[in-house]
Amino acid sequence: MEILVCVKRVPDTAENEIKINSDGTDIERDDLVYSVNEWDNYAVEEAIQIRDRVGGAVTVATIGDKDSEEILRREMAMGADKGILISDDAFEGSDGKGISKILAAEVKKGKYDLILTGAQADDGAGQIGGMLAAILDLPYASIVNKIETVDSKKIKVGREVEGGNQEMNEIEMPCVLSIQTGINEPRYVGIRGIRKVASIEIPVHKAKDLGVDAASVGAAGAKVKRVDYFVPPAGKGADIIEGSAEEKADKLIELLKAKGGIK
Amino acid sequence: MAQQIFAYILHKNGVADDSALELVAAAKKIDAGAKVTAIVTGTGAPLDALCKEMAASYSSVWKIDNAAVAYPNAEVIRKILVKLIPKGSILLCPHNTFGMDLAPGLSIKLDASFVSDVVAIEGIDGSNLKVIRQEFSGQVSTHILCDISNGAVVNTRPGSFKADESKSAGGAVTDKSSEAGDLSAKRRYLELVEAQVGDVDITKSDILVSVGRGIGEKDNIPVAEELAKAMGGDVSCSRPIVDAKWLDKSRQVGTSGKTVKPKVYMALGISGSFQHLGGLKGSPFIVAVNKNVKAPIFQVANVGVVEDMIEFMPVLTEKISESK
Amino acid sequence: METVLISPAKAFFLFIPTIVFSVLIPIIGASLFTYIIAKRLAPLVKSKSDPRFDNLYERFINLLKIGIGQYRQPRYMMAGVLHIIIFAGFMILSIRSMSLVIIGISENFVFPGLYGIVGTTYNLLKDVIATGVLAACIAAIIRRGVFKPERYSVPKKYGKDHTAEAVFVLLLISTLMLSEMSFEASLLAANAQKGIQSHEIIIPGTGVWFLKNYLSDCPIKCLQSIHLVAYYIHDIVFFFFLCFLPMGKHFHVITSLPNVFFGRTKKGTIKPVSYDVDEDKIDQLESFGVKKFEDFTWKQILDFYSCADCGRCSDNCPANAVGRPLSPRFISIKGREYAFSHYPLQGKFLKSEPLIGTVYSEDEIWSCTTCGACEEECPIMIEYINKIVDLRRGMVDDGLVPQSLQKPLKALENRGNPYGKVEKKRADWAKEKNFVKEYKVKLLDQGDTADVLYFVDSITSYDDKIQSIGRSTAKVLTACGIDFGVLGPAEADSGNEVRRFGEEMLFQDLRNRNTEAILEAKVKKIVTADPHALNALKNDYKGLPPVEHISEVVAKAISDGKLKLKDVEDENKVYTYHDPCYLGRHNTIYDAPRNAIDAIPKLKRVEMSLKCKDRSFCCGGGGLMLFYEPHEETRMGVLRVKMANKAGANVIVTACPFCMVNIEDAIKTSGLEGKMEVIDFAELIERHIIK
Repeated sequence: MEILVCVKRVPDTAENEIKINSDGTDIERDDLVYSVNEWDNYAVEEAIQIRDRVGGAVTVATIGDKDSEEILRREMAMGADKGILISDDAFEGSDGKGISKILAAEVKKGKYDLILTGAQADDGAGQIGGMLAAILDLPYASIVNKIETVDSKKIKVGREVEGGNQEMNEIEMPCVLSIQTGINEPRYVGIRGIRKVASIEIPVHKAKDLGVDAASVGAAGAKVKRVDYFVPPAGKGADIIEGSAEEKADKLIELLKAKGGIK
Repeated sequence: MAQQIFAYILHKNGVADDSALELVAAAKKIDAGAKVTAIVTGTGAPLDALCKEMAASYSSVWKIDNAAVAYPNAEVIRKILVKLIPKGSILLCPHNTFGMDLAPGLSIKLDASFVSDVVAIEGIDGSNLKVIRQEFSGQVSTHILCDISNGAVVNTRPGSFKADESKSAGGAVTDKSSEAGDLSAKRRYLELVEAQVGDVDITKSDILVSVGRGIGEKDNIPVAEELAKAMGGDVSCSRPIVDAKWLDKSRQVGTSGKTVKPKVYMALGISGSFQHLGGLKGSPFIVAVNKNVKAPIFQVANVGVVEDMIEFMPVLTEKISESK
Repeated sequence: METVLISPAKAFFLFIPTIVFSVLIPIIGASLFTYIIAKRLAPLVKSKSDPRFDNLYERFINLLKIGIGQYRQPRYMMAGVLHIIIFAGFMILSIRSMSLVIIGISENFVFPGLYGIVGTTYNLLKDVIATGVLAACIAAIIRRGVFKPERYSVPKKYGKDHTAEAVFVLLLISTLMLSEMSFEASLLAANAQKGIQSHEIIIPGTGVWFLKNYLSDCPIKCLQSIHLVAYYIHDIVFFFFLCFLPMGKHFHVITSLPNVFFGRTKKGTIKPVSYDVDEDKIDQLESFGVKKFEDFTWKQILDFYSCADCGRCSDNCPANAVGRPLSPRFISIKGREYAFSHYPLQGKFLKSEPLIGTVYSEDEIWSCTTCGACEEECPIMIEYINKIVDLRRGMVDDGLVPQSLQKPLKALENRGNPYGKVEKKRADWAKEKNFVKEYKVKLLDQGDTADVLYFVDSITSYDDKIQSIGRSTAKVLTACGIDFGVLGPAEADSGNEVRRFGEEMLFQDLRNRNTEAILEAKVKKIVTADPHALNALKNDYKGLPPVEHISEVVAKAISDGKLKLKDVEDENKVYTYHDPCYLGRHNTIYDAPRNAIDAIPKLKRVEMSLKCKDRSFCCGGGGLMLFYEPHEETRMGVLRVKMANKAGANVIVTACPFCMVNIEDAIKTSGLEGKMEVIDFAELIERHIIK
């Protein structure tokens, strides 16, 4: 099975507070380290496991600048066979649709049975998989937490839905799936693994290589734009509720209701 | 405003999802005087009843009765919506597992803009809709301008808009079933595998009543469960509780436990080690209850109550039950 | 020498001269033995290299003390004494047994040097020791067969019970003793009957003495038969035993002395990934660590062969004690079983297969806290930590790392600490508002200079509950009049656990970063309050100034009179000192902390009976172990707190931040809150400083 996994380089915000720069145009990036989006990492692991079961190859692709190469190498160190860096100044500032268009052009260049994305990334939009599928006119399933290969034409996928339930679907290939964390246990990649793939050539695909109209993507083509970043006001330290235990409970209930803490 | 606003009503066997009335409120944030059309898909008597119910809140209800959408298969519903919704319209949809499945692809097919997981709508600004989203697991917020000149699909975060309970729309139900068109799909729904009973996934809980070693003994766990039940949330805990085997490992919040993203996190008798706080993502509303006024949890909590949790929990539970 | 009985060298059996048997049995026995040993050596030949001819002085000392001297045996008194008797018997009687083999061919053979008084003394000694061995064997049979000490039981998952083999071998040894005695006694009895004065003295009470008296009225013909039959029983059993040894746990009879000689001579270290490739080139290795059996070094396989199944390692293993899926004893036994089954005596060697998932499980290998209790206990110096680390290296190389460990490892790579905290906040522990009023900690990465570097390490730098240890350490160092500074953001995690969890490349990265920063700081000495950092800097790093633990600094300052301590805060409290593994076992620092604690006037301190010093019980492990989620029935810390409680203590003093975390947690979960407390060594000292 030929599998393409679309990955994204994101700031690793696991332990560090995200701060906003002084003019609110961006987050403070100086102290951030970047890594592959967690969801995408699960997608790559899943692709590798499928390949190891049924054969084929796994390609990882990302849109970004030269720095994004590092995450492609990390995924290749995990076991992806090939990496593609999709990079062009014209891509900068693309909205979700723009990104999806670029990826769709990349998909068309290959012959993939399965295209995987992470269910979401740092911006939490969770839109690329669905858009990509629609552009390519392929069937799509989101938030996938289980993939069973059936035959060369179709697969069975489980979607994680509310209440911890799993919605099972049968879906024809080629198809696009967005992968949820927890679908597998991604393998560890150490420094050594990355060094092993350090010298593998990673092709760079530009707008013209993909036949993408530069005006339809990037900031120029974006219809959804981020204006600014801001932090919703929050006081430092807890507001201590005073009074008798009963009074405290009453005041707390009021606050909880306002915050949706009582259903 | 020229654009027509639609809302997709999600339901389970005719029982409307909480989002159904939240979308009315969201639509009014876009245009206070909007005449909003609800689109309800499904089949049979429950669908009819729901459509009637929705007519109270929406100016117009479009009913699509078809066995193919007895279960909401996003691919099929997308086909229906593409067929029915006029070009340039705004469609509101909840940003849940169904909305995430449907909306991005739909926006492509409608050639409309898409903005997902909207937590607030500020209104129309020229040809743009100005909304607020969150990024980095809710650590920061952003203002987004979404060009709606060609229409838009807007996914709203469940719970972010206060449900419009006015039920004063007095709308009519129109049966659009015959206009649905071809409903074949490349993705077929097979079955719903229910999560095992008692197997609560705290990472999905909006409200967590989290207990630490201040709970003292195992016998007090049910007291916390009572409170969680009253609040409509789940019980989670810090590591010592799991170590003591008072609660299952799957309930543990922290770097060595689960990373949770609730809206409200009530930390009872938890001092607030960073290993524990490391498991708390997003920006939940944190309520700390601790008898030790110096507990570090008070530094990160929004609201603090200096009380012995064991005594405070029953009081709170009772008061909540009374207030309902 | 005139004798009454015909010796095996001259007797006939069914018209065949018995000398034929005397010649054939040794030839067949020795050939078979050679063949078996050759087969047993096959995996060692295919294994990885491991140069073990360094430190010869220490090696000979180990051989004399731990090998021949059986130094570690009496740590388990009953079994130890029995073993020492049997071992002494083997050493002494091997000469007798060998000369007996030759006597079957040449009746008057005496080993060169064993003539005259020496010979007589030897003969006396061998009679005594043979009797002792027989008695020890009987005692051991009763012990194993009737009393069945728990230590020897084999949990179901590890296969069937080993008692039968043990008893069988004890019976073989008993047979050897009895046959030797009978051979001798029958001759002496016959000589006595004929009135031939034997110039041999026999000590009353020995087996030979008993048998001789028992046989004194036996007809000569009968004695002759006993003489010959005993001889050939001995001959056959001797060679059978020899060939039986390499079939199981009794291989240790042959391999343990070499194993001790080649045992590790340096504590606290971890073997390199490969002895054949320079460290800066290991990157190019095709594979890392142990994935298949042949990836072990020959010494590691010799360890497997040498395990005597005595169970002492597992008896002291904290992971085993809390029900984690690890029992060091079976690391060895499963390794040996693999060697025996894949390198059979007959037929082709089997294809090698991955060890993880077949012989060893992932959880088993991650369960080890590297506390070193097993190695400290093993009477024949079998090494476990290096094997565990090598197996982990293999798993890391294959990406088989538990999810709970991946996050901290990645954070270590990105941020130099397992928590993923920002580097620039590394010295923030020294900015606490009350602390900064009185103390200013120099930052050596920002141009300050100092005599001594205080290496803080990650947990003390970032864990807000542990940061106070850093402040106490700084106060203690100040009180000792030491000019010190910290590296601040230039410090990275020492990597002690990173290395022990098998991430060698990441460890080297951290080590190189730290080495550069430390050398740049141009200090004369390094002090740390974290034994894991101490161990790494001291044993894993190279070319650094001397490294000391804060307890050593304090003990010295007290004895030099530079540090004065006031009366203990609460005289009613009873203190006990918990030896951190990386301070005690791995670096043999046992006395300094005790001396310093005892220097606090009126402080009452008790020891946790046997479970102290080199038998200290691990608190649960440090570094990355804090992130690992093992399957276990209870927590090590809980057991440890109970030990302290049982010893009558109500304050546990530890000298390691990880012990602090684990024991603090354990006090809360063991229901001893309010009754027990834990305090760090530096904090205890700091509270008692007279300014």
